[in-house]
Amino acid sequence: MNTTYGVIAVALVAVATLGIGAFGLRFSRTTSDFYVASRSISPVWNSAAIGGEYLSAASFLGVAGLVLASGADMLWYPIGWTTGYLMLLVFVAAPLRRSGAYTLPDFAQVRLQSDAVRRVATLLVVAVGWLYLMPQFQGAGLTLRTVTGAPTWVGTVLVAVIVVINVVSGGMRSITFVQAFQYWLKLTALLIPLFFLLHAWSDDGRPSPVAPSDWFQPFGEADGPGLYLTYSVMVATFLGTMGLPHVVVRFYTNPDGHAARRTTLIVLALLGSFYLLPTLYGVLGRIYAGDLVASGRTDTVVLELPSRMIGGTTGEVLAALLTAGAFAAFLSTSSGITMSIAGVVGQGLAKHAATLPITRKVGLTTITALRLAAAGGVLVPLALALSAERIAVANSVTFAFALAASTFCPLLVLGIWWRGLTATGAIAGLVGGGLCAGVAPVLTIAWGPGGWLGVLMSQPAAWSVPIGFGLMVGGSLLTRSSVPGNVARTMVRLHTPEHVDVDRRS
Amino acid sequence: MDNASTAVAVAVVLVATAAFVRWRLLTRRRTLGSPADRATYKTLHTASLAAPSLRRGLDAESAAQAIPHVRALLGTSTVAITDLDGPLAWDGAHADVDVIPLMSDALARGTTQASARAIVAPLSVDGRVVGSIVVVSDEASAGLARATTEVARWMSSQLELAELSESRSALVEAELRALRAQISPHFIYNSLGAIASFVRTDPERARELLLEFADFTRYSFREHGEFTTLAEELRSIERYLVLEKARFGDRLRVVTRIAPEVLSVTLPFLSVQPIVENAVRHGLEAKDGSGTLTVIALDEGAECVITIEDDGVGVDPDTVRDALVGRTTSSSVGLANVDARVRTVYGDAHGIVVETAPGHGTKVTLRIPKFHPMPPTAG
Repeated sequence: MNTTYGVIAVALVAVATLGIGAFGLRFSRTTSDFYVASRSISPVWNSAAIGGEYLSAASFLGVAGLVLASGADMLWYPIGWTTGYLMLLVFVAAPLRRSGAYTLPDFAQVRLQSDAVRRVATLLVVAVGWLYLMPQFQGAGLTLRTVTGAPTWVGTVLVAVIVVINVVSGGMRSITFVQAFQYWLKLTALLIPLFFLLHAWSDDGRPSPVAPSDWFQPFGEADGPGLYLTYSVMVATFLGTMGLPHVVVRFYTNPDGHAARRTTLIVLALLGSFYLLPTLYGVLGRIYAGDLVASGRTDTVVLELPSRMIGGTTGEVLAALLTAGAFAAFLSTSSGITMSIAGVVGQGLAKHAATLPITRKVGLTTITALRLAAAGGVLVPLALALSAERIAVANSVTFAFALAASTFCPLLVLGIWWRGLTATGAIAGLVGGGLCAGVAPVLTIAWGPGGWLGVLMSQPAAWSVPIGFGLMVGGSLLTRSSVPGNVARTMVRLHTPEHVDVDRRS
Repeated sequence: MDNASTAVAVAVVLVATAAFVRWRLLTRRRTLGSPADRATYKTLHTASLAAPSLRRGLDAESAAQAIPHVRALLGTSTVAITDLDGPLAWDGAHADVDVIPLMSDALARGTTQASARAIVAPLSVDGRVVGSIVVVSDEASAGLARATTEVARWMSSQLELAELSESRSALVEAELRALRAQISPHFIYNSLGAIASFVRTDPERARELLLEFADFTRYSFREHGEFTTLAEELRSIERYLVLEKARFGDRLRVVTRIAPEVLSVTLPFLSVQPIVENAVRHGLEAKDGSGTLTVIALDEGAECVITIEDDGVGVDPDTVRDALVGRTTSSSVGLANVDARVRTVYGDAHGIVVETAPGHGTKVTLRIPKFHPMPPTAG
């Protein structure tokens, strides 16, 4: 593969991401433009932004790699990542927006009036963010190695550095249009090469993929562990999306609950059409790049196909386009997550500084706190990414989904739809579910047990989500007397459409 | 061999001694205090269980949550809590006693009333009877009457605390209402003057300006809601500037930079418009030639940063400082008012920041958190 094109593509995306933030602001020089400036972002833009931030390395590279390696049963990943928004639409979107919460800890505070729950939720946001950042950094290393032959740590460190610069320099001040642009960039980067590839495949006499029969089965080898893994992936992805910190933050941009629902609906359509593409790459990979399975580099199939199937300058330009798309995926997702981690931690730090006695104030403003948190928040996933290189990108991102599904999903669903939730119950569920889903990836990365234990640890959602729900319900029932006094008011606020004139004060 | 068995024996003795000491300590701790002491602890604990619900005020829900603990305190078979209209909650066995006359008596006189099988003690807040506690027992002894009176007195003190916290939040609301920005009489006078000047020369423009004026006043005079969204506030600023431009003509230029993400931020009603008005009246009006007003709203993570800047005549920083602490009433009253309100709502860390010097324009910065636990009441 020609290095020059690839490097140019990566550089262009990096510069665009760093520089474009300022252009998202709406400038106007006349008073009549004021009207335009004060109009909220439409659900179409907003949903493209959510899509841009959500479609990560796992979606762009990982899905094709998994389909190449394991076949039809891996389609449950993209199905789950899309269906997560259906769950979000049905159970969470509008009430969450109406709660006025900007982050998940905010929601916990609105609903349960408890600082303790807020703190636990803050820690969990950081944990989910770290688990989600790790595969992004890994994917970046992989991509850069494929393009330039540099060692994997170069790409990993590069993306981490760009993200920190971006967040610390305030480049994320108006991010919606940047992220929306990233969605269309990723879609185009997959779509255009695919036309060429399909054309080449057609010229080739349309060969079918050669694979063992279970490659074509929706449940793979339908034995015990295989079936368990499939169901576990479904639980994690269906229920985990609503608890991803960078997704929730985006909903604040919607002016009201109705717009939040419309945004989610459009996101479903955008993601549904996007995920058709990596699947086709996976199938083509089975035909033309089957050797990648043996060498364990399935995640690079998207980047390798153009040079293998077309070659020449065309192939190189197409490969560069795909590289640009992949880098857009790492940068947009990592920036979004780092920003939401930094936001939540910075909020906590600033609040803590505000409560210090006046003599001990260190002058920690919110923005300094935000920057400190951003820089600190990137180091841990960076270390994780450098030490855990043998897990497939799409697999390891599922750890983040499993953790979110075991903790924030119960908090949101029970908090919105059940009056009986108490602060104690919520903490029990968050801590219990969080420990179960948090220990599993640590064990898998550090030790990698075999047999059923290994299976249970590699996809914990199927058992950790019920534990999270169970602890939350059980803990709440045991402490029934401490249901927040204003729960009825909060419920009115969460569930009444904005145009209905009711007293929303608590 | 001998050594080994000695060692084992010594170990056994040591362990047994430790276990005995531990057992003694544990049993000692268990018998801490005399029976009377323990009864006191138990009573205090039961009282503390009933307190949180009572401190929310007297209604059916709080009465229902408190009543099992109240019954445990009194140790009787049946207890009821009433307000002035009738029973709120009832706990215990069904009792076939007509307590209505007794209750009316207690509520009317404000003292404990007892009959053969029932005792009614009034609950009062600030000397005003708000309800009663009814105890039905097979033998209504003088001791039980005394206990009921004391429990009623304790419950009354908890209800008074409820009243206190209610009046505290009412105070904050009243403070916000009192601080509510007023549309300035100068502005009304100037606007109407400017509109009048167009009536003959450009009637269509005069009509448009009158409609803008109507919309502006409708927003500013609205009755309900102490909060609004930044989008609404910007619309009001737009109308204000259209009216001012009618007066200034080309002398007033306006530049805006708004991050659309922060448009849905809720903030105190009329907290930006007075800053803009201040910039126009005290910064640009006095300036010769044209002046530029810049309105910027940026997204900074969990906060929204709003900046209003003008390149007008500026002002001595000490004057602004005096105005903000309320020492003068002349200029910058709008600024002081906004400052006081955002401090009341968001705390002292979120007051306005004014950067200014004579001849160098004025820049006012306002940081609004995106999330605030006090729910918005924007209508």
